[in-house]
Amino acid sequence: MAMTAIPGLKRLWRGVHVPEFKDATNRLPIRRMPFPPMLIVPLSQHAGAPAVVIVREGQEVVRGEPIARAGGFVSVPMHSPATGRIERIGLAPTARGPLAPAIYVKPYAAASQEVLYGEPQDIENMTPEQIVKAVQETGVVGLGGAAFPTHVKLKVPEGKTIDTVVVNGCECEPYLTTDHRVMVEHPGEVLHGARIAMKAVGAARAVVGVEDNKMDAVEALRRANTDSSGISIEAVPAKYPQGAEKLLVKVLLGREIPSGGLPADVGLAVFNVATLAQIGDLLPRRQGLIERVVTISGPGVSRPGNYLMALGTPLGFALEQAGCSAAAASVILGGPMMGAAAASLDVPVTKGVTGIVVFTHQAANGNARIFPCIHCAECVNVCPLHLNPSRLGMLARKGRYEEMEATLHLNDCFECGCCSYVCPSHIPLVQYFRVAKQMNRERKART
Amino acid sequence: MSAAPPVIEVRTSPHLHSGRSVNSIMRNVVYALLPLCAYSVWLFGLSALAVLAMSTACCLLTEHLICRLSGRETTVGDWSVVITGLLLGLTLPPGFPLWMVAAGSFIAVAPGKMLFGGLGFNAFNPALVGRAFLQAAFPVAITAYTPALALHRFSELIPSTLAIPLIKAGPLAGWIARVRVDTFSGATPLMLRKFDHVTTDSWTLFLGARAGSAGETSALLILLCGAYLVARKMMDWRITAAMLGGAALTASLFHLADPVRYPGPVFVLLSGGLVLGATFMATDPVASPVTPLGMWIYGALMGLITVVIRFEGGLAEGVMYAILLGNALSPLIDNVTQPRIYGARSREAAR
Repeated sequence: MAMTAIPGLKRLWRGVHVPEFKDATNRLPIRRMPFPPMLIVPLSQHAGAPAVVIVREGQEVVRGEPIARAGGFVSVPMHSPATGRIERIGLAPTARGPLAPAIYVKPYAAASQEVLYGEPQDIENMTPEQIVKAVQETGVVGLGGAAFPTHVKLKVPEGKTIDTVVVNGCECEPYLTTDHRVMVEHPGEVLHGARIAMKAVGAARAVVGVEDNKMDAVEALRRANTDSSGISIEAVPAKYPQGAEKLLVKVLLGREIPSGGLPADVGLAVFNVATLAQIGDLLPRRQGLIERVVTISGPGVSRPGNYLMALGTPLGFALEQAGCSAAAASVILGGPMMGAAAASLDVPVTKGVTGIVVFTHQAANGNARIFPCIHCAECVNVCPLHLNPSRLGMLARKGRYEEMEATLHLNDCFECGCCSYVCPSHIPLVQYFRVAKQMNRERKART
Repeated sequence: MSAAPPVIEVRTSPHLHSGRSVNSIMRNVVYALLPLCAYSVWLFGLSALAVLAMSTACCLLTEHLICRLSGRETTVGDWSVVITGLLLGLTLPPGFPLWMVAAGSFIAVAPGKMLFGGLGFNAFNPALVGRAFLQAAFPVAITAYTPALALHRFSELIPSTLAIPLIKAGPLAGWIARVRVDTFSGATPLMLRKFDHVTTDSWTLFLGARAGSAGETSALLILLCGAYLVARKMMDWRITAAMLGGAALTASLFHLADPVRYPGPVFVLLSGGLVLGATFMATDPVASPVTPLGMWIYGALMGLITVVIRFEGGLAEGVMYAILLGNALSPLIDNVTQPRIYGARSREAAR
């Protein structure tokens, strides 16, 4: 099963070379963004159960203080991003569209961004169970975009053993440079977080995979990696979508996560670098996750940068700070390959938002005419999972969704977008697949 | 905010596109075919030009009229029908009667492409459907080849070019005797080999100054044009490689078994329309498999069939039927060569 990778062949064979557009921000240091007039903290910023409110309207809160507790094991608490007043507990717009419960925090004028809430805790003497519990208390979720509660991944499933922690520093999406800057500026925190993760899952070694378009990050991590704690830093040739954990573990370690399975099935636990940096930073001080680095970039902003912003900052305020131009046509949360377009600028920045990319009319992928599939096979050539998007697309057009799932592995598709990206007929393949998956889910729910 | 975007668009990811388009791929295939057209006109003169112009014009017209009749927006703008027209012209003898060219063009586009639903739906390469029809309907005319570099080729047409529809044209022997230079005869290297047991030398075949269908003669030029498309990632080289490899391998086996009766792989590769077919027709994406393994099987199979028809069949050339047969098998090949996906569990484990 665990085939040893041959040195020099550690690369992603499929996938695509997307123009990176990272030059606008990859050398800009992380900058702090001021508090907006109102912070909106949705109760469900993560995969799993929503958090449960533990404050009242009108209550005063301190920056870093818990304002909602975890709603179960697969859930995390929320902390107040600013010192101020709970203005309202009610519905707020979300990136996905529908309104969802949220806590509105009005920061006090001149409220400091310093975090005073929290107390030191000794991690060295914690048991793995205690670390899992402590990580849940920090409210940290996967900051690479998935927003899956990190402590759940730190809890080794019954009957499995984890031998290696994989640290994902690929950041293969165009425009985004948040992980890049975190690695360059906070390598110590990343490595400390990795050591905590190793301790929690009982792994003897960790591998940090960084794409070779970020050699300054590789060097920063190598310089910081002084003790012999079993952490190695590897540079891999840049290619999209290498940051997908399934692909990265194959590139770094030659292991394949079984279809429908978890990294734990092949003895691995995978974490994003920014996630570990937050754990390495917050856990020793027993603080909560209240801010994150977000890249704001794209042709529609005049002051692109990597902004450290309070979670709950509305997009409109953030874009104003970054100099959003009037020509902006679409606002993407995350990277342009997999990110979702925001429907409203009142949507707040949440834990899973890696970047905000603003396109102008010219730059956005316009209403190109859709041609029939000409079987050019380019989608088959680029699909990193070796699926057959061409045939899947044809079946989707005919509404044969069950067949797509049963014979062509529809559910393995993680919607990286490579097929749509290369399709000369401009067939919105990924969108077809999303619809097909949803139809299958609804059909199963009915029966 | 003062500079608030008034309206933001919501689209689904990915929000970037490579810029590849059907139009640009098809247009570039046309570009790649133009040098072949030019070379064939230089070799065979005005008649080759007339055949190419006729086939392209008729194909365009047929597609345009069918779109009009069926009440759809015309699809001639996607350039794909120009490829069909040029390829049909390039696979015909340069002196092919123009009225037959028109009939073949109609068959290529009307039943060969539009009946299936137009671009992307044709099961067979349309140009070869047209040519197969012509081969069946006019077996004499389609094997009436004329010598390359004939005298007066830029001032007069080959007599058969303007043959009157449905009237039997006279033989070309007298005309060929008048215009031929040196030893250039009207027989193609494959015919010479098959019927007269004369083998043309490889260098002539490679450069292409020989009798044959208008565009098939120069392997060098065809490969260069194909390389342009491969370099621009607009053509899949695997099918070409597999077909040429399959043909070479099959020919080698035959040749080893009986070196006197069967020519060697070099002759097989360079003669006839093999290189043209493998480069520009077998690779027609619409009618070929999409899986990586499927492409190799498909190509190799076509190479094998070509050689078997040439060596053991009644015809001198087998590329056309090999490709059509390959087209017919392509969906089946696709079905049985679905790639193993990442993380696939073994059959037993999945249950």
